[in-house]
Parts: sequence; C-alpha cells; structure tokens
Amino acid sequence: MKIMVTVKRVIDYAVKIRVKPDKTGVVTQNVKMSMNPFCEIALEEALRIRESGLASEVVAVSMGPSQCVDTLRTGLAMGADRGIHVEANDSMYPLFVAKILKKLVEIEKPGLLILGKQAIDDDCNQTGQMVAGLLNWPQGTFASKVVLDKEKQVATVDREVDDGIETLCLNLPAVITTDLRLNQPRYATLPNIMKAKSKPIKKFTPKELNVDIKPDLEIVEVTEPPKRKSGVLVSSVDELIEKLKHEANVI
Amino acid sequence: MFKLSSLLFKSKSKSKNALTIIRTFNNLQPCNASTHANSRVPISRNFCTAPERDSIEYDVVIVGAGPAGLSAAIRLKQLCRENDTDLSVCVLEKGSEVGAHILSGNVFEPRALDELLPQWKQQEAPISTPVSSDKFWFLTKNRAISLPSPFDNKGNYVISLSQLVRWMGAKAEELGVEIYPGFAASEILYDSDNKVIGIGTNDMGISKDGSKKETFQRGVEVKGQITLLSEGCRGSLSEQIMKKYNLREKGGAEHQTYALGIKEVWEIDEEKHQPGAVLHTLGWPLDHKTYGGSFLYHMKDRQISLGLVVALNYQNPFMNPYEEFQKFKHHPAIKPFLEGGTVIQYGARTLNEGGFQSVPYPVFPGGAIVGCSAGFLNVPKIKGTHTAMKSGMLAAEAAFGVFNEGLDMNTYWDALRNSWIWEELYKSRNYRPAFKYGLIPGLALSGLEHYILKGRHPITLKHGKPDHEATNAAELHSPIHYPKPDGVFSFDVPTSLHRFCNINSLLLLNVEN
Repeated sequence: MKIMVTVKRVIDYAVKIRVKPDKTGVVTQNVKMSMNPFCEIALEEALRIRESGLASEVVAVSMGPSQCVDTLRTGLAMGADRGIHVEANDSMYPLFVAKILKKLVEIEKPGLLILGKQAIDDDCNQTGQMVAGLLNWPQGTFASKVVLDKEKQVATVDREVDDGIETLCLNLPAVITTDLRLNQPRYATLPNIMKAKSKPIKKFTPKELNVDIKPDLEIVEVTEPPKRKSGVLVSSVDELIEKLKHEANVI
Repeated sequence: MFKLSSLLFKSKSKSKNALTIIRTFNNLQPCNASTHANSRVPISRNFCTAPERDSIEYDVVIVGAGPAGLSAAIRLKQLCRENDTDLSVCVLEKGSEVGAHILSGNVFEPRALDELLPQWKQQEAPISTPVSSDKFWFLTKNRAISLPSPFDNKGNYVISLSQLVRWMGAKAEELGVEIYPGFAASEILYDSDNKVIGIGTNDMGISKDGSKKETFQRGVEVKGQITLLSEGCRGSLSEQIMKKYNLREKGGAEHQTYALGIKEVWEIDEEKHQPGAVLHTLGWPLDHKTYGGSFLYHMKDRQISLGLVVALNYQNPFMNPYEEFQKFKHHPAIKPFLEGGTVIQYGARTLNEGGFQSVPYPVFPGGAIVGCSAGFLNVPKIKGTHTAMKSGMLAAEAAFGVFNEGLDMNTYWDALRNSWIWEELYKSRNYRPAFKYGLIPGLALSGLEHYILKGRHPITLKHGKPDHEATNAAELHSPIHYPKPDGVFSFDVPTSLHRFCNINSLLLLNVEN
C-alpha cells in the first residue's frame, strides 16, 4: 500500500510574525521557513506505518513556489521515498490544494492520505476534510492514534474532539489529518539528509493536472491583534457589578 | 535492522577528471535505555556502551558557515575550477539555517569580497546602502558633543551581515559546497598520532537529565583531510585546539581580550531615517574606566541597528552591560530616533579586541583556524568581517596547496603575515591597549597613533590583565541602580530574549532570570 503525505512550507513556528506596513499580509522576506509542524507529525506517522510493514512506500507532496523543494528534501531526509512538487506561485487556498490532491490521488492511487490537521500560517483546518469530500473517502480528523488493520483494510482512528476522544473505524482508502499528540517526529540525520539529495522529486503544474486555481477568495486586510489592555483593580463586589453592567456590557 | 552498506558517489563537479569520493556508512547498532550506564550525567554525556557512529568523509571540513568559513569554501571551489580538479567540501553550521547565528553591526568594508566575488553587485548581493554620513559623539548624561570622526568609511556599506552570509551560502552551494545547517560540531576527532581528522556532531534527542528521548539520534563523524575551524569569537572547538597544541605560545601571542556587543534592530519613522547614516558614541553611560561605545547605523527599509559594545575587562562587578544598553537608549540625543518606532530584533555576541598581540599560531596538525576564532578584528576600525573573510581565503589557498602540490598548511601562517590583514592589524595594534591607562590617556594615545604615528614605530603595547582577572571585589564598588524598563524604549531581559530571532540559541544559553 502506498501512503501519500502532504507537507506545507510555512513560516517557522518560532519566528515573531510582523504585519507588513501595507496590511496585505505578513513579512515573509528573509524570514525562516520550515515544514508545518502538523505535516511533520503526518509524515512521521506514515513512516512508522511503513516501518511496521503495513505500507510499501511513502510519497511526500508539496505545493507552492520553487522553494517548496527544500521542504520536500527535509521530508525525504526524514524517510519519505519520493517527492512530488506542484509548482504554483499563487496563494494555495484549501479548495485548490484539495482539487490538486484529488488529481494526484487518481495518478498515484495511495491507500491512505495523511495530512496535518491545519497549517500554522492560515489555520484553515479545511484541506483534509475537503479532499475527503471530493474523493468521497472516509475521514478521521484530529487523529491522536492510528491503528491499521491490513487484513480487514480498515484504519481505527482516535479523534480529539471537544468532549474527549472519539474512536472511528474507517474503510481504506481513507483520509487522516493529524493532531499534536499523535507522535513525536524524528530528527533528520546528517547521512539521511545527504541520501535525500538523490531521491526523485517529480514536478507538476496545476495546468498539467487540469485544475483551475483562479482565486475565489481575496484577503482584504491583515492587522495585528489589539494590544492587551491592563486590568483594573476593583475595590468591592458592587463596583465589579457596576463595571460589568455599564462598562463591559456583559450583564 | 541496520545493514553495513558502502556507497560510492561520483563528485558533482563539471571538471574532466572527476574524483570519486567514497563514503562508508558503518554499522549502526540500536541502543536500548537499559544499556545506558549512567542516566544522571548532566553535562558530559559518557555513554560507555555508546553505539558506533556513522562516519562520512570529505576532503575539507569547515566548522561554521560564517563569513570566514564560507569564504574558505567558496575559494576552495574556485581554485578547483581554475585547476580542473575537484575537492569535496562540507560546511557544518550549528544554526538552524545559514545566517541564523550571525550578529554584527555592520558597516562593511568590501575589500575581501571584491577579491573573492568581484561580481557581487551584479550577482545581487544584499549590499545596497552605501555609508552616507559618519558621525562621532562624546556623550555625557544629557549632552552629545560632536567630535571629528576617526573612521574613514568611504566606499563602505551599511548591511545586515546575516543576510550577506545567507547570500554567500547560496553562492557556495552553487559552486558545489555542501552546507548542513542544524548540526553543531561538538567534538574533535583525532587519530593515533594526535592529528585532527575531523569532528563529531552532537547527539540529538537528549532530555534534561541526560537520558535519551524517543527521538534520540546519535551524532555522526564528519572526517576531513583538512579541518578548518571558523566558529567565530571564542569558538569552543577552537579554544580546545589552541590549548591542546599550545597555539598561543607557539605564535608568541598574548591572551585574547573580549567585548560584549548587545544589539537591537528597530523600524523607525520615515522622517527620522537616513539610509547609510553611521553614528558612533563614546562616554556615557560607560565610565572612564570602562572601554566601550555605542553604534547606530541606518540600513534600508526604515530599519536601524543600534547597540552598545562593552569591553569585558570592566572593573565594577555591579555593572550590567545589558542594563547600560537600555539606559543608553534614553539619552536625549538617541531617544528621538526611536520615538514612534518598533523593536524588531534583539541579540548579543562577544567580539575579539586583542588584535595583533593576540593572534595565535593558527595552524594545527590536520587543519587551521580562520576568522574570529583566531581573532583578526581591527579594533579602531571596529570591523572584523573583511579580515575574517580574507583569512578564510588564505586558508583555502593553503589547503588547496596541500592537495594539489603536497605543501603543508603552515603556508597559511606565511600568507597571513604577508597579507593586508597583517598590515592592518599591525598598524592598529596600540589603540586598544592604550586604554588600559584610562579613557583620557587612551583617547590621547589613540589620537597620536591615528593622526601622527600610524603604527610606524617599534613599540607594541601589551594588554592589561586578562578580562576575568580585571573584575574587582564587590566591596570596592557600590551597587548601581538601574531604572526599570519602560516597555517602550527599554525592556526587561525576558522580553528581549523573546525577540532573539532564533530559539535554538536560547537552548544553548544558560538563562537564569
């Protein structure tokens, strides 16, 4: 069975984000980029499944400008077998990514598609769900545990939901999106980084895949969150109620 | 399980006689927690039943992807192309990416870059803000007295050194240099003749108590016929090597002296921004016994870099360089620049001030030391980038001579002493040591040197006590009261550390607050 994993190139989680002066977005020039942490977890899970003998190949997919190849190389260094780069210079909104993934799934025919639950730059949390819808595949999102049964061709997924943990049994092929507690991604070792240079990366464009990625969303404005105001000490319960009623307007 | 495998790679060079580089991956045994003898060792981790490490071989291994290391790498590949041959060059960098751990003022003198990559402008190096003005102020608590500038920055540029280094890294990779960020060289490897044969990278995935985490990965051995250490000021491996081979004695050098530079990058109001403006100050907030001064450079995009450099032989143990910097920003001549602006980044780094008197013998069996690890900073110019780069180039030329003509690395020492690095360092050798007599005598002697003598006399002043011996007992001084940070111009340490742009180095620092 083949596993396909998506990896997204995002601003590193440790970078202090700044909004551009023209408010069209955040500063990305000279800023450190790395693989989305949830995608690292997704890739780690795929690698573990392959190492347990339940899959034969892990294919990493990334979409975006040419620098995405760096992210793919990191994925290959962690242990993925092959990479696919879909080159596109426009913003990659979830619906487009889902449509492109559908085409890639039709070409590669994986038994499992694993994605991070969301990207830390847009926090959309939509791609996994959309692609499952387009493919008409079952989905197990916010996975904190994945157990595969090769015989019965099912995946048992523990999902982190608001009330606790929900366990679903999905028929393969299926879509799984990973949450933080699923696993701890491995480090890419120096020998593996060197070996990764010779692993193949196939290139596609959205046009070749017959996907129209004309944006139907427009970012109107990006602003910083309001600065946190200091608290006010109140001297009595009456004063508190007074303030809640007339200043905060919550009662 | 893990198999013994040996892989043969053909070099990536375009030359006709491509060398075949053999890399052998040795047997890697899995290691269980139960075989780990002592899981409570805090700093030095001695896994007495440690598994064998993977071993990778190169012709030249360079530790540190800074200006010196990358200049050496680029020069090596250039020499290979000129001579129709190839050498495998590997650069290891502890930062998460090239440029991540680079911190400098920086007013850049392009002399070495002109020699290394004369087409840098056409190749779009991030050097675009020429120095437009050069001011020098003496500060008292409330005033700024303008003095004639001792610097000559004509032809120099105000740059971000980390951006330049990132660009150099890309150029090096284009030439076939392999650069691996995220891997710190943590130990030196020796053969049975006590010759350096390479370095070992750090183990990863170790928890605070020294035991192995789930993600534990053993480091690897990166071996080279020649190892160049370009770790920057007070590099840990360089210091070990200098001690082991007595390189200071061998070179007739005094001890190294240091300063601490604390820097912030601000984005300021358009009207206050003058691209290329360079300002240096002396005096307040430092007292007349403490050597140091501040800098304020206008880069592009409304950004300025400002900072305070304090020599580490200060006497008052209550003096806190970080707090002095915060104080400095409130000076009536400095504050106006920052009003309406925002802090973007913060960082600090030590620098060498020993100059000519402190350059050790830079060659050891199996390699050499380049850049600030040896210490080529020109103190009165306050520039060390151009000399670091030139030293990297000279070491590369010496290393190439070893492979191509069977010469030895000692030609690097000869080349250094015949180069403009030596001329510069010799000429400026007495400026810093003069200040051991105090600020005014120091200024007077520096003035004498700068305008009249220009180093053309046989006297070489010695340094004062080593920095760590210069600190007086606390009873001889009174505590200094530092004002509380106002959160607008001055900040407390945790806030500044949060701005320190790379988290990895936070993990390397011992932060106690």
